[in-house]
Amino acid sequence: MKYIDEFRDGELARGLSVAIRQAADPGRRYNFMEFCGGHTHAISRYGVSDLLPDNVRMIHGPGCPVCVLPIGRVDMAIRLALECGVILCTYGDTLRVPASDSLSLMKAKARGGDIRMVYSSADALKVAQANPDKQVVFFAIGFETTTPPTAVAIKQAQALGLKNFSVLCCHVLTPSAISTILESPEVRQWGTVPLDGFIGPAHVSTIIGSQPYEFFAEEYRKPVVIAGFEPLDVMQAILMLIRQVNEGRAVVENEFSRAVTREGNVKAKNLVAEVFELRRQFEWRGLNVVPYSGLRIRKEFADFDAEKRFPVAYVSVADNKACECGAILRGVKKPQDCKIFGTVCTPENPVGSCMVSSEGACAAHYTYGRYKDFQ
Amino acid sequence: MSEVKRGYVRPLDIRHGRIDLSHGSGGRAMAQLIEELFAAAFDNEYLRQGNDGALLPVPTGGRMVMAADAHVVSPLFFPGGDIGCLSVHGTINDVAVMGAKPLWLSASFILEEGFPLADLKRIVDSMAAAAREAGVPIVTGDTKVVEQGKGDGVFITTTGVGIVPEGVNLSGDLAQPGDRILISGTLGDHGMAIMAERESLGFSAPIQSDTAALHGLIEALLASGAQVRVLRDPTRGGLATTLNEIARQSKVGMMLQEKALPVNPEVAAACEFLGLDPLYVANEGKLVVIVAAEDEEKALAAMRAHPLGQRAVAVGSVHEDPHHFVQMTTAFGGKRIVDWLTGEQLPRIC
Repeated sequence: MKYIDEFRDGELARGLSVAIRQAADPGRRYNFMEFCGGHTHAISRYGVSDLLPDNVRMIHGPGCPVCVLPIGRVDMAIRLALECGVILCTYGDTLRVPASDSLSLMKAKARGGDIRMVYSSADALKVAQANPDKQVVFFAIGFETTTPPTAVAIKQAQALGLKNFSVLCCHVLTPSAISTILESPEVRQWGTVPLDGFIGPAHVSTIIGSQPYEFFAEEYRKPVVIAGFEPLDVMQAILMLIRQVNEGRAVVENEFSRAVTREGNVKAKNLVAEVFELRRQFEWRGLNVVPYSGLRIRKEFADFDAEKRFPVAYVSVADNKACECGAILRGVKKPQDCKIFGTVCTPENPVGSCMVSSEGACAAHYTYGRYKDFQ
Repeated sequence: MSEVKRGYVRPLDIRHGRIDLSHGSGGRAMAQLIEELFAAAFDNEYLRQGNDGALLPVPTGGRMVMAADAHVVSPLFFPGGDIGCLSVHGTINDVAVMGAKPLWLSASFILEEGFPLADLKRIVDSMAAAAREAGVPIVTGDTKVVEQGKGDGVFITTTGVGIVPEGVNLSGDLAQPGDRILISGTLGDHGMAIMAERESLGFSAPIQSDTAALHGLIEALLASGAQVRVLRDPTRGGLATTLNEIARQSKVGMMLQEKALPVNPEVAAACEFLGLDPLYVANEGKLVVIVAAEDEEKALAAMRAHPLGQRAVAVGSVHEDPHHFVQMTTAFGGKRIVDWLTGEQLPRIC
């Protein structure tokens, strides 16, 4: 397939693998975090770690939108469907996220909730137009990549004068999550999470640009290389990170220049700013409450805010005690360090959110890499 | 006593008529539907007996195989086929992969009130054509009607009976370390044809379902004399799930070569677009073969000589593994597990 196969070429991968081995100083270790679930998935699916030397370790970061969604937010969506009787439209991945009372959206659907999987916010809008006598709520989750389409849906609903469409806004911000990891005691004080640099997000960066990461490079002295989601992108980014570390540099470099500029997508950013504003705080799974890390709908668009339209307030719910998702999302633990990994918690029966999405660290390791645990 | 004269009976209005509850009531309307639609299309000596069950000759020698398959696909019509031929092919394949020669089929219909008779006729004609082409008659059946909203047009359950000749011994637990894994053609065509047909996604390049009866291909393969251990048709869950089933049954591991996997470019593109993996997408006319390593070429040659096996290739091999993992060397040069399908990739594909 044109423009796809080129970025998955085995020959080029072998060449890069040799270059990485030559560049990596055998006298030291390199610990890089790939922030995004998309990178985690590519690394696992294509077996990228098999092509890296032993002293280069990838730490899976929290950039999986489903994984960082706290239980209380899924509970709200379930209440909307079961108690408020709305048609709840959701992205497919979210259906299986475990919520309170042994429920998930999928189980709530089996209990009679009208819960529908959609591919985009535009599909949810169509559902609202096709069901004028029902209230339709779009369960909006995700980082900066999925935020602009939600903003478009809200603006279109306003233009169409739709009275039965609203959005449960759970959009979160990448830079806040990176700050939280860099400020965590494991990284800053105790050094239990050694972090030599970041692979920066691909799709998120097409929207926000490369500029927001410059702060991390300067302030925390951590190199950042923005990379595409194809496996060759990831390997090239690892090579660029190793070179920065070797040379003692800490700057933002852009491997994904075919899609990312310094400014990003200004039109999309303006649209988001028009429809959304910062929440004072937002709870993340694994990172707890992070100040100014989530978005809510501005009061000018309050008619389309499901939190205002329906009596569903957010109630924080603690994770299962045995679940290590929090530590795994912060890079403190690996999936296989969790006692319930692969036993009680499997993709068929996920306890924690990292086991739900194929972008989650636990699901990626279970699905693609667990043979390594037996070697 | 007066004799009631048999008067003119108005035939079914196939073009404009719809199924109503009387078609499932057991009365005249049902008898007419069976006579004018089902019996007319499926006609054969056993069905003509007109009894509650078909009276069949007992085959001599061999062992019998019986397999059932329920079909609920949505949409009912898709490029390359429809629920009718799919329900015939699916059951024939389940019988044939046991090494059996399929003999007879049954067909049960659950119809939804309001379903257009014209669509039903299209489906029944497609079933009849598929059965005729395969040489496997539909010898008995049943019809029920449910109220509107309680079905989805039509559901079809077929059962097949076949006979395994002496000397043929195929089972999912017979794969051995060293064996080779073959596939008869491209992966994922059926699942992606269904997906592309769904309302929200209009791909311009039409992807055709691969639905087909495989007993001819299987007969040719077995006639080659190759030591075949396991046959399966990789339907729901795709090749990945089928191989995991075999690995678990046979208590072995498997290693696939991603580069060897045959995928049509339009299927690969559609999968890429939707974030699906062709390894997990359903096929309805493909055969997975586990064969002794020394007979790999013999089996491939026999398959390639058949129209349904022209693109047959070896995709991997069987080895010892206490964990029964199916693994794959990626085209990129790494290694990974090819796990069971989790949840469902696509709803109601067969």
